[in-house]
Amino acid sequence: MDNIAGQKSGLSIVTNVVVFLIVLIWLIPTVGLFVSSFRDREQISVSGWWEAPFSVELTYRTRADDAPTRDGDLYVAQGNIFETGEVQDQFTSGASSIAAFGLRGREPGAFAAGETAENNDGGTVVVNADGSYVYTSTEPLDERGPRLYFLAETPPDFTMGNYAQVLTGLDEEERAQEIASGSSFGELLFEETGIFRNFVNTLTVTIPATIIPILIAAFAAYALAWMDFPGRGFLIACVVGLLVVPLQLALVPLLNLHNQIGIGQSFLGIWLAHTGFGLPLAVYLLRNYMVGLPRDIIESAKVDGATDFQIFTKIILPLSFPALASFAIFQFLWTWNDLLVAKVFLPSAGDAQVMTVKIADDLLGSRGGDWGILASAAFVSIAIPLIVFFSMQRYLVRGLLAGSVK
Amino acid sequence: MSPILQGIITIIVGVGGCVGYFYAANLFLDKVLFPARGPNAGRNINRANMVRPWVFLFPAVFALGLYLMYPVVGSFVRSLYDRSGNDFVGAGNYVRLFNNPDFRQAFFNNILWALVVPAVTTFMGLLIAQLTDRLSWGNIAKSIIFMPMAISFVGASLIWKFVYAQDPDLGIINAIRASFGGAPLDPLQIPFWNNFLLMVILIWIQTGFAMVILSAALRGVPEETIEAAIIDGANPFQVFFKIKVPQIIGTIVVVWTTITILVLKVFDIVYTMTGGNYGTEILPSFMMDFMFRDDGQATAVAFVIMLVVLPVMIWNIVQARKEMR
Repeated sequence: MDNIAGQKSGLSIVTNVVVFLIVLIWLIPTVGLFVSSFRDREQISVSGWWEAPFSVELTYRTRADDAPTRDGDLYVAQGNIFETGEVQDQFTSGASSIAAFGLRGREPGAFAAGETAENNDGGTVVVNADGSYVYTSTEPLDERGPRLYFLAETPPDFTMGNYAQVLTGLDEEERAQEIASGSSFGELLFEETGIFRNFVNTLTVTIPATIIPILIAAFAAYALAWMDFPGRGFLIACVVGLLVVPLQLALVPLLNLHNQIGIGQSFLGIWLAHTGFGLPLAVYLLRNYMVGLPRDIIESAKVDGATDFQIFTKIILPLSFPALASFAIFQFLWTWNDLLVAKVFLPSAGDAQVMTVKIADDLLGSRGGDWGILASAAFVSIAIPLIVFFSMQRYLVRGLLAGSVK
Repeated sequence: MSPILQGIITIIVGVGGCVGYFYAANLFLDKVLFPARGPNAGRNINRANMVRPWVFLFPAVFALGLYLMYPVVGSFVRSLYDRSGNDFVGAGNYVRLFNNPDFRQAFFNNILWALVVPAVTTFMGLLIAQLTDRLSWGNIAKSIIFMPMAISFVGASLIWKFVYAQDPDLGIINAIRASFGGAPLDPLQIPFWNNFLLMVILIWIQTGFAMVILSAALRGVPEETIEAAIIDGANPFQVFFKIKVPQIIGTIVVVWTTITILVLKVFDIVYTMTGGNYGTEILPSFMMDFMFRDDGQATAVAFVIMLVVLPVMIWNIVQARKEMR
């Protein structure tokens, strides 16, 4: 078979390599986002996601707060820097090593580990790679201890923290506070601040906006495919033409109309809008599919005395399942992913925002630099479509082909 | 919990209402309006059958008319009035637009998008369809390349923000540059070329779509013609470009058109990536600048988009009419 197609083995190696490279290019951006969404925020800012499995050098600040002792003229504080009060909970998990240390925030890595540095108190400071340190001073050390900065190799830190923060809209401290004051994580999800609320909004928009156009379009498609009436050809041509009408055209007049009849910017308005905008494709796909169904079945049903309504519900609908599923997936993805219609037909206030608007307007604006949050927000928003897509890909492809390959 | 509850109730009301309409309307037609009994039974059945298509079609025709036909006229009329909608200004909005350098920039960029994206996407789709056709892991490769179809433009924009980020610890492009000793730069601020970087995102999303359809079309090319070409000594490239491509040219045109339409509708990518700054404005994002504050100009931009799409629309209708015969 390979020979018949003219594929030589040399060419097939090239093909494999080329396809592999293309797949790699297609995957890399998504993988990067996926990895980033689980990384600690500080780690994101110092090393690329492709270095995520390796430890990174992070800057910490702490105080030499081990109980000072007296040694001749000198006051001495010593101990392990990893166990000092300000950083101890960040180094519970295991071995780390000091790369450098410093005395001022401006140059946290002025001295290499093990080097002896002179401090302002007339004494010296040494921090060794294993974290042990000795701080000497000619003056009595107060209880809080003097400031120290250090760079430490920090093992990779994968966390669900970004997701928890994005979903609830509260950072770690605020979450801990709320939970201490008696609310559960589940309740925090329904706070107005988090993206979970937008997730629910998106679902509220998407589900009716998927089901209603299917119902309406299925009846219309049946009429256009199997019923005889004057003007049928004209209507089909209209549907094809409307496939192409740019959405932008509809925004201003329809928003004005919605305001006049009292719907305004609301869920009802956006359902109607999505229904209207989804219909041409729905009618077109379903009609193309239904026309292809065998004429005999329908005619014999008619001979047996079935009405059009019965033929439609009992024969055509079950037979059209692949096309219905395909359009359902399309419309679901389209409404879930939509930004434009939601921006225009839903109020811009927080409690009705869908996820895309929240991400585009809120997160990208106010948290433009907070990459961990952005990454996890993006993943929350693409998780459901990806699940739907991969579980129903077969039907999607079948429906695509029904409409476009002649 | 209220949004969830509200959602569930609306689903029931909305979907129930739809089913109810079709069922009740049909029942009304058969039992009350034209009952199939009594002296006029035969005539009534015929009449009912004449009305029934319109019962089935009514919601769709109504929604299509209201949400797509009316706006074409409505937008055009609105675009002839000033920003508040009170004063008739004729072509004033259009004149102002074409005198606006930002609009000319957006128009030019839009043409660029409409030329480059469909061409590259179709070409890549065709190439990948052909390359994966005989691979043992071809279906996996196709699934992966098809995957971005499911990702929102906003999500995709975020994904690519990571690729284009200026910080070499975030953006791959700058990381590669840094490893060759280059200074970090913001790829999205390079004038003119940044347009192409934004197009890459749409190409990344849509190539899977082109690939799936073209791959099906390629399978439809009869084996005999290919075998005959090979016997005549054609090499794989000749087989592909001289035998296969001409036979699926119809499908290629369909894919090309579909992607062109999508390009003319897209607004999310520019909006989320650059907000139209650094010379990346396109018509739909330019229109959003006027949305909610100057309806006259906003509808005028929308109508310009419509005029750009018009040839594609006419071609589509002509094509559909040909097939009907």
